[in-house]
This record gives sequence, structure tokens and C-alpha cells, in this order.
Amino acid sequence: MFVRNILSAIIISVAPVSSVLAAGGDTPPIPSQDWSFSGPFGTYDKAALQRGYKIYREVCASCHSMKRVRFRNLEALGYNEDQIKAIAAEYSVEDGPNEDGDMFERAALPSDAFISPFPNDNAAKAANGGAFPPDLSLMTKARANGSNYVHALMTGYKDKLPHGVELSDGQYWNTYFTGNKIAMAPPLMDESISYEDGTIETLDQYAKDISHFLTWAADPYMEERKRTGFKVILFLLIFAGVMYGVKRRIWSNIH
Amino acid sequence: MSNAPREKFDNTVVEWVDSRLPIFTMMKNEYGVFPTPRNFNWFWNFGAIAMFMLITMIATGIVLAMHYTADTKLAFDSVERIMRDVNGGWLIRYIHMNGASFFFIAVYIHIFRGMYYGSYKAPRELLWILGVIIFLLMMATAFIGYVLPWGQMSLWGATVITNLFSAIPFVGESIVTLLWGGFSIDNPTLTRFFALHYLLPFVIVGVVLLHIWALHVTGSNNPLGLEPKSKKDTLPFHPYYTSKDFFGIIVFIIFYAIFIFYMPDALGHPDNYIPANPLVTPPHIVPEWYFLPFYAILRAVTFNMNIYMLAGLGLLAVFMVEFIWRHKPKYLNGFLGFLLLVLGSGLAVFGLLADLNQGWEIPMSAANLAPISAKFGGVLAMFGSIGLLVILPWLDNHPIRSARFRPLFRIFMIIFTISVFILGYAGSQAADKVYFMEFNNTMLAQIFTGFYFMFFLIILPLLSRFEKGRELPKSINEAVLSKAQKAGA
Amino acid sequence: MSADSKKNCEGETRRGFMQMFAASLGVFGGAMAAWPLVNSLNPAKDTMALSSVEVDIADIPVGSSKTIMWRGKPVFIRHRTEKEISMANAVDVKSLTDKQSDDERVQRPEWLVAVGVCTHLGCIPQGQKPTENRGEYGGWFCSCHGSEYDTSGRIRKGPAPKNLVVPPYKFVSDTTIKIG
Repeated sequence: MFVRNILSAIIISVAPVSSVLAAGGDTPPIPSQDWSFSGPFGTYDKAALQRGYKIYREVCASCHSMKRVRFRNLEALGYNEDQIKAIAAEYSVEDGPNEDGDMFERAALPSDAFISPFPNDNAAKAANGGAFPPDLSLMTKARANGSNYVHALMTGYKDKLPHGVELSDGQYWNTYFTGNKIAMAPPLMDESISYEDGTIETLDQYAKDISHFLTWAADPYMEERKRTGFKVILFLLIFAGVMYGVKRRIWSNIH
Repeated sequence: MSNAPREKFDNTVVEWVDSRLPIFTMMKNEYGVFPTPRNFNWFWNFGAIAMFMLITMIATGIVLAMHYTADTKLAFDSVERIMRDVNGGWLIRYIHMNGASFFFIAVYIHIFRGMYYGSYKAPRELLWILGVIIFLLMMATAFIGYVLPWGQMSLWGATVITNLFSAIPFVGESIVTLLWGGFSIDNPTLTRFFALHYLLPFVIVGVVLLHIWALHVTGSNNPLGLEPKSKKDTLPFHPYYTSKDFFGIIVFIIFYAIFIFYMPDALGHPDNYIPANPLVTPPHIVPEWYFLPFYAILRAVTFNMNIYMLAGLGLLAVFMVEFIWRHKPKYLNGFLGFLLLVLGSGLAVFGLLADLNQGWEIPMSAANLAPISAKFGGVLAMFGSIGLLVILPWLDNHPIRSARFRPLFRIFMIIFTISVFILGYAGSQAADKVYFMEFNNTMLAQIFTGFYFMFFLIILPLLSRFEKGRELPKSINEAVLSKAQKAGA
Repeated sequence: MSADSKKNCEGETRRGFMQMFAASLGVFGGAMAAWPLVNSLNPAKDTMALSSVEVDIADIPVGSSKTIMWRGKPVFIRHRTEKEISMANAVDVKSLTDKQSDDERVQRPEWLVAVGVCTHLGCIPQGQKPTENRGEYGGWFCSCHGSEYDTSGRIRKGPAPKNLVVPPYKFVSDTTIKIG
């Protein structure tokens, strides 16, 4: 049950608060993880982003599109131009029509968006037993407390069902999913993806990395935003101080 | 305005323009030497702050409109393109998005100040009403603007709110179809909303100019609620209040910037980052925070208004006008008044009970004759709650303006403010949320909706009739000086 | 009294300085706030990402042309015949309006690449298809105001002041060029 509390939103940063409220009846509160990007000076961890992208490519991308992210955006993950070109060229896209009026396949370019696994939403639905795998470009913004939610969802699968619960075919039990019955099979498990940088290959680590990557995908300007904010607020504080001095001086001669 | 004697300017260019079109003289008179009460407190900053927000919203809005596409297939993507590809687009959109909230924060404080210090009283009634019109236009603009990103909350918020109009008897359905330009919220709705969202801010600018014009005719109210009597009571607007307003605006921007840069989505709703889907409704539709108190009032009316209730309320209204508002009854005597009071309350309570107990076999009760359905009643209550602001200058005609000298009014004003916050909270919660025993969110909303209307329709007229108030200082200057002396001693 | 007025006088200058400082901060802040609004009107990142295109030229036979879109404008790619090349070289450069030799305008003589926008007022000249009017110099003819271009895309007659612009391009391979 999603519930919004505006008063607390004004008083405290909304993310941790709404997570508790979002829990409502069905699901327990979403546990908070320690993210490098949280806090006013938080930044993304490029190694984690690259690992997360690897998970997306190898696991998520078989069902989920990410059509608002473009290959050229991968620069933010620390890839150079040639690496991005090479990554893009691994995919092919339909382009056209050419001069003969035919559509044709070509290698993807850095300017292309991530290639969707299905040609359209209905095809995606049909291939997944009627459940639509949502686009992941904005996932962490489209859920309350999104970064923690994605991690919780990835790690929230339970084999042992609560007493009296029965699942139909193609359903799985997830502690943190609204209504608990989710159509997505557990996508990650220990050692299911190999990391080249020696990071431990556990479900928890995978969940953190994919969530890190999706947070970046939804909010690519987070670092620039926070940096700009620091400068702007510093300037405003100085300006306010000077302006207060001016106001005091102007008013000093009337009392 | 134009016939007032004009002083020559030293600068020849300025003088050349001014002798043909005296805008410099006007600026000097209205913003330079304009006599302003010397005792403003910080609440008086929020008019200038609201003006600043209006300008910010229009400046960022025009730029956003250059990148936005008003088409259901493209709108969401065009907003995401602004967020990802347009240079600094994310900043401009976050300024605009949070700007709506901060505009409302400024305006709500401005309205509170007007109520607390009695700024709506004669001779400033029209100034106040123009303000209420601005507030209504802002609500319309904000609501329409929230539809444009075409997320889930955009579509379903718009569906729910436009469906309100279907409650109007006889013509409701046709009005809704007309608003939509179709049989659901769709492309025609989005394109007209975009056109209106671009138009309305300039209408607001127009009414704001009238609001300022009216202000400069009557002059400002002040925390003491006294009219300035001599030159000692006032200061020239510049540099005293220009410097103070500037400082206030900068402090306000600091809070605004904290939201823009560090929690830009905190005041929005996650569902609006999901593209609109006409086949799936989000589990809880919540309007933006600045509409929540009114949303709570809308949902509080869960009963039909049958003819007993209407008749009872009508009799009570006659009683209020004759015996409280008019101070001395004009047409009726005491006995008739007593009769009105008893009969009116009896009928109203009886009607309500009859509606709640559908089993009662009562002629013309809820089941067979209810001129105002619960749905229409909710809409009337919601618009009525703002309509009350329009007639506020006549509901409260106590001769003392400022709450400082009206202890009872002050207490009720504070309770009223708290109850608006509680209504806002109720508006954010699910209707069936249970607090304790059988007390649920709808009941909470009903109690405070009841208080909201009582405050305007019963408490204010009673207070203006019976509250004595404290002794007023002789002049603004005297009050300021005695305060300064006390502080010095 | 005199001490007072002296103090006042100093106060005045300090006040003046403070006000100037505050005003300059205000101007600076306003300009910094206005800049993103203006800068947002510059080409966006998706537009910039498309600012170079790769073109396959293997399918252009000698003597014909291909038009491709680059940055929203047509680019003419002509596979020139021997005759056209010699025509382009036969001119005395000094006699031209916009003095450029053919060598300066091509990377490989058989390929001419030029932006197909008339330098007069921005119309698209004719001459891409053999059936179209190419003017008396065998290049392109702009029907808007009668400018005529030769087989090197140079202005030879009419009101246009400059030759057709040669965009930055390079041969990625013998059959592919990258424009931009």
C-alpha cells in the first residue's frame, strides 16, 4: 500500500520516510543499504555501475527494455568512445526505409538507445505469460525509495511460502513486492554472473550493483546536480549575508 | 494617474520619455517613495516572494515549452529528453516542478498573513478578492500543468478531477465530454491543457497587476491593522522595503534550492515516472500536496443532502444573517429567532440521520429525494471552501483588523490553521484508513471539514458580533516607539 | 554633534560599498540563473550525437549523385566523370568569385562532397539528377535566384557570394565516408 505523507516530506528527506510508510500492510519496511551516491556529496561508483551494466546485459535485458538510455550515455560508466562503439556494435537495430523502401538491419551506433528485447509491449507481454516486464530506464524513480526497493526486490524471494499461501503457475513469492506474488522468476543467485574485477559474487552484491546501475540510469545528472547545488547554495548564503548587512544598515537610521 | 503633477528628471533621456509616457514617475511614486507602514514583519515578504516565483515559473516554463511536445505518444519522452539530452534541461525542469510547490508555499503564507492580520477588511475587500481569483487561477494552472508530463498520476489525477464536473446535475456529463474533447482523457485533452497551461500564467500576471494596483490605492495593511495617520507612521518603499524584500527572497531561494538540488522528486509522486497507461489505475491517486486539504473536503462528503437538511441549513442561514451578522434583527423578533434556531438545527440533524439510516421510512428522504448527491455535495463543498474566502470580508466585519488585538479570533485562527494542516494530512491518506476503534480517515476529514465551514459561517460572524478586543494603540509610530523603549529598558 | 556627523559620513561610504557589492552579487546571480535557460536552446545532446554520419558510397555509379541528410541539411555526393573533373580543373582560379582550386575542395578527385545549400539565401540547388537543370557550368543551378555552380560546386554566375560549403569528412574506407 503506497501512502504519502507530505508533512514528513517537508521536514526530512522523503526517501527513508516514505519507505517506512510505503510498507503499509502487505510488505515489511524496505531495508536501507549503504550507497555511495546517497547524501549531499554522494557520487556513483563507476566500478559498481560497470558491474551493474554487466548484470543488466546478461540477465535483465532478456526481458526488460531500457529504451531511454543510449549507448553514448555509457561514457558516465567510465568507458571510452571506442569501447562504447564496440559495445553498441554488438547489437543490431532495424533502420530504414532505404531508397528501395525496405527496412534493413545495421550495427547499433553510440547514438542508438539500448535495444529492446521485444518489438512492442504486447509481444513482451505475450512472451512473459501476460505479465509486462516494465522498462527499467526510470525504475528507481518510479518506485518509492527506488534504489533500496530494487535491492530488496532482488533479494526478497522466498522458497518457503507462508502458511496457507498457494502460488499459481509462473508466480513466485517476494517479500517486498506489492501483493507478494510476482511473475518474475528470481533473476539473480549467488555466482550466477562472473565478475572480472574480483568483487564477491553473491546475490546481495549483484542486487546492490544492479540497483546502483538503475539509479544512475534514472538519474544520470545526480552528481552534477549535487555539485551545482553546493555552489548555488554557498553563493546564496553569502549573498543573503551581504543583503542582510545592507538591510540592517539601511534600517539602522530610523530607530 | 496621468494628471498628477510631475517632477522633472535630470537625465534628459529619462525626462524625454517621462514627459511623453510617465512610467518613470509612476515607478518612483509606486515603488520609490510609496509610503509604506514602517512596522511590517517578515510575513509581509511573501507578496514579493510570490511575485518572484511567478516570474521564475514563467521564465522556466517558456523554455520548457520550447522542448515539450503535447502529444500523448510523445509527451513523456519529450520530458525525458529534457531531463537527459537538453543542455541543463534537468535543472530547468526541476526548477519548474519544485517551483509550483514553492509558489504555493509562498501564496499560502501570504493568504495566512492576510487572514491573521485582517488584511481583507474594508477598504481592502476587492484587493482580497483579486487575490482569491489569483489563487483559483494558480490552482487551475498547477493542476493542468501536472497533466503535461503524461505519467500515470497525470492521467489519473486528471481523470478523477475532471470527472468531478460530471456531478453537476443535468449538464455534468456534457461538460466533461466537452472538457475532454472525447470520451476519455486523450490527445485532444492534452493539447488543450498545454495551450491553457501556457495561457493562464499570463492571465495570472494580469490579475496580479490589478491586485497591486488595488493595493496601491488603499495602501498596505500592517501587523497592527491601523491605518497610517501621519508621515511618522510610514517609510518610503525604497530603499527600506526593497532591501528587506530582496533579503527575504534570497532566504526563500535557499530553501527552494535545497529541494531543487538535493531532493528534486520529494514533492512529486513516483507514479508519474511511469508513462500514462489508460488500462491501469494506480492503487492510490493522490493530488499534489497543495491540493490535499481541498481533496480531503471533497472526499469528506459521503452523504446525500436531502430536502430536510437543505431546509434546516436554510433556516439556520436566515437566523445567522438576521441575528448575528446584521447585529440587530431587521425583520424578525426574538421569539421567531429562537424558533428558527430550533427548527433549523432539528431539520438538519434529522435529515442527516435519515440519510445515514436508509431503513427509515421517511417521505422524501435520501432514498427518494436528494437534490444534492454525495458526489455533487463533495464538489460543492470543495469549491465552497474556496468560495468562502471570497465572502470572508463580509463574514468577519469586526472593526479591529489585526489578530493581535483580538485574543479570541487569534485562538480560533490558530486552530483553523492547524485544522487545514490536518485536512491536508487526511487528504493524503486512504479514505478507509483506521486510526483507532472505528474512527477512520473519512471521519477525521469530516470533523475538520465541519470545523472549516463552522469557522467561516458561525465562529467568525459570532466573534465579529461579540468579541470585544483589546485597546488599540493611538498610532503605528507610537506602538513602534514604545516597543523599542521596552526592548531598550 | 560633529563626531556624530563624521560617523554618519563614514557610515554612508560603507553603506554605499555594501550596496554596490550586494548589487553586483545580484547581477552575477541573475546572469548565472539566466545562462541555463539560454544554453538550453543550443543543440541538445541527442542532436549532437547525430552530428556525424557514415555513408556507403559503393552504390554510386560514375556520373551520378547521392543526397544524404547531415545535420538537417542535404549533402551532395557526386561521383564525377573524367570530363567533369577536367572541367573543374580547366578554370583560371583567379577569375572566380570565390577563389578556390578544385584540389582544395576534394580529397579524391572522383568524389565531390558539398553541402547542398545555396550560399545566397539557403535554397536547395537543382542538378542532383541528370534530368534536372545543371546550369551552363554542368554543376548545380539554384532556381530561387539563378545562381549557377560548376562541377566543383563553385559559384560561377548569379548572386551567391560563396562556393558550396565542403563539410568536414574523411574516407573511412574506399567505399565509406564519414561526414562531420
